[in-house]
Amino acid sequence: MTDSILNSVILMALLGTVAALVLYVVSRRFHVYEDPLIATVEDLLPGANCAGCGSPGCRSFAEKLVGTEDISALFCPVGGNAVMHLVAEALGKEVAEKDPTVAVIRCQGSCEVRPKTSEYQGPRSCAISALIYSGETDCQYGCLGDGDCVVACKFDAMYMDETTGLPVVITDKCTSCGMCVTACPRNIIEMRPKHKRDLKIFVGCLNEEKGGIAKKACAVACIGCSKCLDVCPKDAINMENNLAYIDPALCTLCRKCVDVCPTHSIIETNFPPRKIKEVTPVATLNIEPANPQNDA
Amino acid sequence: MLRTFPKGGIHPPENKLTSSKPIQKLPVPKVVYVPISQHIGIPAEIVVEVKEKVATGQVIAKSGGYVSSNIHAPVAGTVTKLDKIVDTRGYKTQCIVIRTDLKDESNLEAADLPLKKEITMEPGEILQRISDFGIVGLGGATFPSHVKLNIKADKTLDCLIINGVECEPYLTADHRLMLEKAEEILVGIRILMHALDVRRAIIGIENNKRDAIDLFRKLTREAPGIQIAALKVKYPQGGEKQLVRALLKREVPKNGLPLDVGVVVHNVGTVFAIYQAVQHHRPLMDRVVTVTGKKLENPSNFWVKIGTPISDLLEAVGGVPEGTRKIVSGGPMMGKALKSTDVPVTKGTSGILVIPGDEASRGKPSSCIRCGECVEVCPMGLEPHLLMNLTEKGMYQAAAREDIMTCIECGSCSYVCPSHRPLLDYIRFGKTIAKQLESNKG
Repeated sequence: MTDSILNSVILMALLGTVAALVLYVVSRRFHVYEDPLIATVEDLLPGANCAGCGSPGCRSFAEKLVGTEDISALFCPVGGNAVMHLVAEALGKEVAEKDPTVAVIRCQGSCEVRPKTSEYQGPRSCAISALIYSGETDCQYGCLGDGDCVVACKFDAMYMDETTGLPVVITDKCTSCGMCVTACPRNIIEMRPKHKRDLKIFVGCLNEEKGGIAKKACAVACIGCSKCLDVCPKDAINMENNLAYIDPALCTLCRKCVDVCPTHSIIETNFPPRKIKEVTPVATLNIEPANPQNDA
Repeated sequence: MLRTFPKGGIHPPENKLTSSKPIQKLPVPKVVYVPISQHIGIPAEIVVEVKEKVATGQVIAKSGGYVSSNIHAPVAGTVTKLDKIVDTRGYKTQCIVIRTDLKDESNLEAADLPLKKEITMEPGEILQRISDFGIVGLGGATFPSHVKLNIKADKTLDCLIINGVECEPYLTADHRLMLEKAEEILVGIRILMHALDVRRAIIGIENNKRDAIDLFRKLTREAPGIQIAALKVKYPQGGEKQLVRALLKREVPKNGLPLDVGVVVHNVGTVFAIYQAVQHHRPLMDRVVTVTGKKLENPSNFWVKIGTPISDLLEAVGGVPEGTRKIVSGGPMMGKALKSTDVPVTKGTSGILVIPGDEASRGKPSSCIRCGECVEVCPMGLEPHLLMNLTEKGMYQAAAREDIMTCIECGSCSYVCPSHRPLLDYIRFGKTIAKQLESNKG
């Protein structure tokens, strides 16, 4: 009885020792050296694996950061300047500051203003319906409303508004990773600077048709009238293919263009209410409740 | 036992409502809209200017490359605009707008061209003529014919197949053409045989067109080398690969062409166009279009000038009936639903199908029940349910490994699916992405 117990204990001990030896030899023999900095940097990164930086995931971005001499061109949009500074500190390299950006939806063709002229019964996916045809409305540039951007967003920063049929960006949650921008087959979503208190002015339309056709398809379409060009004091607006575009780098958020736009296709977000009496109602859409701060 | 392809296939209700209606000439429209991209390949380049007067058959857009085709003025008149108009998918495409000169003689309804049997041209000349006169495959794919007829030195060709299958339900354009222009088509076949130097040609016709089969049998009794084959009625027998398999028991390799097994396939409509180009010096300017639908007052077949708005055609059959929910360009299986009836007829428009409300809706998709119906009917031996799932999950490379690119988009899988799953929509999308990935790699 004692013998058998003793035998098994000895056997187990021997087996354990042999296995340990094998493992030790193997781990020594096949050891792969890795820069410990990579792990350090990876820990600093947000770990969202969103690919917003251009690398497939945070790990490969960390490898890139450690491996590249000049990292000023690399940027993690999710972590922003704060994380990039920490990374720079850990690596002893220089990083460039970047203004935080946020996704904006450049279409306000809700069901009300953009009537449906056909019916789509295929799979609910923008990519597929864009491949099949130009969408349920007469605007071939606008939002298809099947929510590929919402599916692509890994941060729960988007949802579909049931009444308008358009996606909405929750700006506080948006990390500007850019996944929605790539997911949208119509290139409606743009990353624009957040400015202070998330003030933004942009043209909420991509329709390149001539005014009449655009207006017929959608009541809030940009008709290319160039009125905004004339009032802009900074020449921040350019007109191409019957479509205005406001350059965020030049725009000073003076809101003059918003007032003159006859179709209300220029969107302003999060501005305090106007002091003077408004002549025309201002188009507001897809924005979170504005935070009125009268000292702006 | 009638010949057919062994793998898969379906037999939807035929509904050939217009098979006994002679082809009528549609009056020349007041304005034609001629798109510059009516074929597979590079769009043609416009060579006319606004306000320029054009004669019937004048080249108005020149072929933009090797896989491209010339486009000719279908009517005599004045170019009023070079504009963008909506295509079948609702996107804008470049097109040439010509206002018809109603006084011009060539626009008047002319008598049919006389049958001309002797072939006087040399093979090289014939091929050049086919290329110059804008002939493309009229079966629906609109592949430029001269590319198909250019036999590379390392390939051997021993058989010409003429596709008179018309397996799409409802459509009767090819059927009527075969009945009315049988002798011309036979001359066209002889032209092709002469040009390609082949001794053997087979006309494949499905057995629901007995009259056409009998007519051709009668006419070819004396003709050497031309055979008529009656085929079992089965969709998609009009697909090149299926037809080659059915007639010759030769399997076209995947990603290959019929030429790899020594065959060239041409549609009867194309052959007739080639006859007109070679014998009568007449470029491709019109085609037969079936305008059909169960609720239409007078569904018919028409000779239609390229560029005629589809609304004109609908008017000619007594207008769109009440309760219409969908208008399709092409047949019910592979056709495309139209977003607007302002779309013009192009070289590839074989039919216009008007579908009433109760038949126009798709079923509500539910989960795959693994019944295997789609696998059973796929004529290419693919697994549509798997391809759809892979595409849905974004696994495009895996889908490419499962041969998604060999799908011929016949839609049999979507047709039989008891869960109404949109199999073809996903597969088509997967193919687009797989193609992009492929081209990015190379």
